[in-house]
Amino acid sequence: MAVRAADLQTPGRPLRAARLRLTGFFWSHPWTKALLLLGPPLLAFGLVYLASLVALFVSSFWTVNPFTTEIEHAWNLGNFRTIFESPAYRTIAFRTIGIAAAVTITDAILAFPLGYFMARVARPRTRAMLFVAVLLPLWSSYLIRVYIWRLILDQDGILNWTLGKLGLGSVGLAYSNWAVWIIFSYVWLPFMILPVFGALERIPESLLEASRDLGAGGFQTLRRVVLPLALPGVVAGSIFTFSLTLGDYVTPLLAGGASSQFIGNVVYQSVGISNNVPFAAAFATIPLAVMAVYLLIARKLGAFEAM
Amino acid sequence: MERRSTRIGLALWALLVTAFLWIPLLLILVYAFNRSNVQSWPIPGFTTHWFRVAWDAQEVRDAIWLSVRAGLLATGIAILLGSGAAFAIARFRFFGRESVSFLLVLPIALPGIITGMALNTFFVFNHIDLSLWTIVIGHATFCIVIVYNNVLARLRRSSPSLLEASADLGADGWQTFRFVVWPVLSTALVAGGLLAFALSFDEVVVTYFTAGAQNTLPLLIFGYIRLGQQLPVVNAIAFAMIVLTVIPVALAQRLMRDTGVLRRGAANVTEATQGIPAV
Repeated sequence: MAVRAADLQTPGRPLRAARLRLTGFFWSHPWTKALLLLGPPLLAFGLVYLASLVALFVSSFWTVNPFTTEIEHAWNLGNFRTIFESPAYRTIAFRTIGIAAAVTITDAILAFPLGYFMARVARPRTRAMLFVAVLLPLWSSYLIRVYIWRLILDQDGILNWTLGKLGLGSVGLAYSNWAVWIIFSYVWLPFMILPVFGALERIPESLLEASRDLGAGGFQTLRRVVLPLALPGVVAGSIFTFSLTLGDYVTPLLAGGASSQFIGNVVYQSVGISNNVPFAAAFATIPLAVMAVYLLIARKLGAFEAM
Repeated sequence: MERRSTRIGLALWALLVTAFLWIPLLLILVYAFNRSNVQSWPIPGFTTHWFRVAWDAQEVRDAIWLSVRAGLLATGIAILLGSGAAFAIARFRFFGRESVSFLLVLPIALPGIITGMALNTFFVFNHIDLSLWTIVIGHATFCIVIVYNNVLARLRRSSPSLLEASADLGADGWQTFRFVVWPVLSTALVAGGLLAFALSFDEVVVTYFTAGAQNTLPLLIFGYIRLGQQLPVVNAIAFAMIVLTVIPVALAQRLMRDTGVLRRGAANVTEATQGIPAV
């Protein structure tokens, strides 16, 4: 290592002396160091992010005067009442949560066997190739990937062209909830694969051998040994697939139909078009509440260690 | 060892899922050369005309430049704050330590619309005009955790006794950092920084709420796709973006591997997975 002798042997130099004094100070006052390291990020986080969440929460209890379009700082539950009493908004909330759950389950089903293959069956070379094959889609632009699926599912797209060639007729998936489900499952899939793979890779081979030695069949080993140990990985992945779907408005807007409105779309429109920030804030607290519960359960299941 | 039929089944499944991931990406590469401006399949002929059009568009150039600036600034902030927090968590035990990870992960664990709305409300409250800096703040909130995760994973793998040895040998804090910590840390920082930049460069859900009238590249593309305008230009940009993704992926892969201090083998792959799903 390139440590120059002069650096270590000249305590007389003023800079070096100052550095040593500082090192000594931090050595005898470790908490000052901890505070200096942790203070700025926590302060920035508290002042901006947490303050923003509080601002969001507070403003959801305010209303917009329909005549002046000014925000009135009078506390009331009007926004929440509108959301809960309107069947349209209820439908939107349930649709969002339902599709988010469907996407999560789809991705878990797609990811688990692949993760298992990567972690326990594939040779190192194949595993490295698959790893890159999963990383590249993850890193490529989200919007582009949504857009390309719009082209694929289009009436004149490659899907119907292929089906036509195979003599299977055509399907009208474009601009529907089906399209939204397929696209979300596609774009978030790598987020599920990586933690599932990580969790499966960490299972010691000896546990599987022990299970076999004790007379368990393949399926029993899977159900009683592999699945419980891989669960934190699946839950970690599900945080992303579920949360990302829950808070998205881009895919429903670009690829959904008239009845594909998500919570995000209502929020997006309330801010961008009708300029009703309090109502948007109130609606945004629904995914916030759902995710709060989800994250607490996930933490209990050990998902944060598997991330 | 799994039975032969199980292994073949798993391999087949892996092949299908990989094809599902890759066919759309390959398809957009073909569409970029579409001669027609109608995006149907099969494309009627090939041209490179749209690359020229996209390259010459001032709107596109401005958007790219804004995205680059926002990405660099957000990444810089994330590296400073994220690695600071990681050092504190790795080296100290204190009350509420577990909550810090939970807190930092919130901006990516909570739906993007929440972060976007919350920041928007915050800026409106404080009468802060939306600008490059509000974009940077928005991006930095979710970039911090990327750097934090990468650095923390690396620090947990390096032994604290190295630092004690360094101090015993008479090194001061700076020398210990420069000659002991930095060689272990640098690749994790670069990998984390790359991820953070890529994430910022691609972000649209939060950016919409913090950008005001300016267009980052994703916002511009979003507008084009939504209105069905300039789709050939979108195809050309998409081609460039997909091809450019190879660079960070290859770099990150190399960086994860080239860390002599670490145990070789499985640990590296595990580490590689650690930072990334946190996107």
